[in-house]
Amino acid sequence: MKILVCLKQTFDTEAKITLDSNGKIESKGVSMIMNPYDEFAVEEALRIKEKGEGEVTVISVGGQQTQDALRQALAMGADKAVLVDPGEIELDEFSTATVLAKTIGGMEYDIILGGFRAIDDGSAQVVGRVAELLNIPVVNVVTKLEIEGGKALATREVEGGSEVIEVALPAAFTAQKGLNEPRYPSMKGIMKAKKKPMDKKTLADVGLDENQIAAKVKALSFSLPEARQAGKVIPGEAAEAAKELARLLREEAKVI
Amino acid sequence: MIFKLSEEQEMIRKTVRDFAEKEVAPKAGPMDEAEEFDYSLWDQMAEMGLTGIPFPEEYGGAGMDNLCYAIAVEELSRVCASTGVLISAHTSLCSWPIYYFGTEEQKHKYLDPLANGEKIGALGLTEPSAGSDAGSVKTTAVLDGDEYVLNGSKIFITNGEKADIYVVIASTDKTKGSKGTAAFIVEKGTPGFTFGKKEHKMGIRASSTYELVFENCRVPKENMLGEDGKGFKIALMTLDGGRIGIASQALGIAQGAFDEAVKYSKIREQFGKSISSFQGIQWMLADMATRIDAARLLVYRAAYLKDSGQPYSKESAMAKLYASECAMWVTTKAVQIFGGYGYTREYPVERMMRDAKITEIYEGTSEVQRIVIAANILK
Ligand SMILES: Cc1cc2nc3c(=O)[nH]c(=O)nc-3n(C[C@H](O)[C@H](O)[C@H](O)COP(=O)(O)OP(=O)(O)OC[C@H]3O[C@@H](n4cnc5c(N)ncnc54)[C@H](O)[C@@H]3O)c2cc1C
Ligand SMILES: Cc1cc2nc3c(=O)[nH]c(=O)nc-3n(C[C@H](O)[C@H](O)[C@H](O)COP(=O)(O)OP(=O)(O)OC[C@H]3O[C@@H](n4cnc5c(N)ncnc54)[C@H](O)[C@@H]3O)c2cc1C
Repeated sequence: MKILVCLKQTFDTEAKITLDSNGKIESKGVSMIMNPYDEFAVEEALRIKEKGEGEVTVISVGGQQTQDALRQALAMGADKAVLVDPGEIELDEFSTATVLAKTIGGMEYDIILGGFRAIDDGSAQVVGRVAELLNIPVVNVVTKLEIEGGKALATREVEGGSEVIEVALPAAFTAQKGLNEPRYPSMKGIMKAKKKPMDKKTLADVGLDENQIAAKVKALSFSLPEARQAGKVIPGEAAEAAKELARLLREEAKVI
Repeated sequence: MIFKLSEEQEMIRKTVRDFAEKEVAPKAGPMDEAEEFDYSLWDQMAEMGLTGIPFPEEYGGAGMDNLCYAIAVEELSRVCASTGVLISAHTSLCSWPIYYFGTEEQKHKYLDPLANGEKIGALGLTEPSAGSDAGSVKTTAVLDGDEYVLNGSKIFITNGEKADIYVVIASTDKTKGSKGTAAFIVEKGTPGFTFGKKEHKMGIRASSTYELVFENCRVPKENMLGEDGKGFKIALMTLDGGRIGIASQALGIAQGAFDEAVKYSKIREQFGKSISSFQGIQWMLADMATRIDAARLLVYRAAYLKDSGQPYSKESAMAKLYASECAMWVTTKAVQIFGGYGYTREYPVERMMRDAKITEIYEGTSEVQRIVIAANILK
């Protein structure tokens, strides 16, 4: 069983987001982590591998520092890592998916896993696009995955309940919270990770140039959420205060 | 000089911090209140390989260096000093002497299960009348046939009662004083080996501290660790390394209290501003950060010296002395920054200040560290 996991390095969930002088998100000095949903994907890949035999390859599109997230996956138990560094160009979901699909196109695989979304831009598009480009089925927001005899039974969240889907492999799946509890890398895993292959590629190495992946969507501007206003306490008798509250909600907040 | 951690040292920090924050931190307060450790954490640490960090893989260890080990103890202690000392006493005080002085047989029999976390280890050196003067132990070991018969008691033993394997220092020849001592590996459950009083402590309250009692306890002759007559020497060499563990624990406690204090100072408002905008608080934070960094450099240097096979007795004493006094000072300031809240159990700095004190006492008091440093300078 050959399993590929697409993973992204994202800002730490506790990172304080600021904008630089050009109005872009400041990434200097921010600690980076593996996208938490991708951790579920890596864990699931390892569990599938450990049930029988197989090989787990983690793939990321990103700068050189993305190696940290890939190494973490290697330390958890993945076998190989591939990093495609697109250089200093702006990417959108189309670009990233195109690079991933092109890279994966040259590899063998039965299962592709990824997080259902990244916690930074939250677009929830990349793995679906990759599957489309590779012309394989994709099952999203999966909370349970069983693999048997060239098929997969995937349980996914739907409004108000869950749905079980059977698909033939190869197929792609995106992980939702609840799929599993990711392991911590072990000390032996950390030592082994150093010796595992990390294949670093450029765009040219995967047969693409910047024009082919030029972003179709551009962010015009970023803004930080407004600082939360202090709450308002309405003094007085309960009945009077309630009246005043209703008035404020209608006239000032305009929510009722 | 290169002030940069290796890739695996960075990774162990990140991994252990993640584990400590998610799994250990929520339990630190409740375990302190209950004066009981939750050993499901031990099982998780064993699974991760944190129970045998600096030992070769062939003996069940992770095959990492002592700096990795120091970083792991630091990160665990940053959220829970009791967890830090559990790993530190187990690794430095029990597993290490077996690794360093043990025969191949002893290593496979005892180090293997210790390093892979099946078993917990402890060291029994201190006695009621032999504390700083550890060479004056009164517990006796008398050879009778193929066994040594142990009699006496040990006090204040970390991991006591919970540990499965104990390295015990006893006197085999009273007339020779500290040169008439030997180290023994004693298994829990050996007839004649029981546990006395459990200590109720100021800090590290989740750490188990017990009296060990030996009454005609028969230990096979082959369980002597190293040579007869070398017990005290083995203990001293063990403590040289153990001090790196305790220095790391102290460093972690200080860092934990500092991180809490910084966070709190930014959100607490008095006089219409955050207290971090007052110079009085800023200078405290600056001094705390500076001392912590100095402690870290001393601790990492001691670990580095040990890793590179150089003498480290003086440097580990310096690291332990400075880091423990730094921990006491920094935690006191952290409580100060929290004001009245810092004095209550609502916030972790109250526990951290209580936890810090022990680092100035065990594995050689601050006075004993100064004796060791001075002896190295003047020799
Ligand atoms: C929580 C806890 C856990 C412990 N864990 C272990 C363990 O796992 N294994 C183990 O064997 N022991 C352990 N100990 C014992 C610990 O190492 C001793 O308490 C410590 O070495 C001090 O000995 P003491 O308590 O007898 O104090 P004493 O030696 O009586 O010292 C009292 C005071 O006199 C000072 N002093 C003593 N001699 C001198 C001198 N020559 N010059 C100047 N000042 C001096 C000391 O610095 C101290 O301030 C533990 C103790 C505690 C409290
Ligand atoms: C056990 C206990 C008993 C108490 N008993 C009573 C009682 O009986 N009655 C009562 O009324 N209160 C009582 N208190 C409250 C006590 O007086 C306050 O906790 C104390 O005044 C500090 O206030 P605070 O805790 O809000 O800290 P904060 O005022 O928030 O101070 C936090 C930190 O900021 C520093 N700081 C604040 N302002 C400045 C500044 N301008 N410049 C530099 N540094 C500054 C402080 O020195 C402190 O280090 C008690 C508190 C405790 C813990």
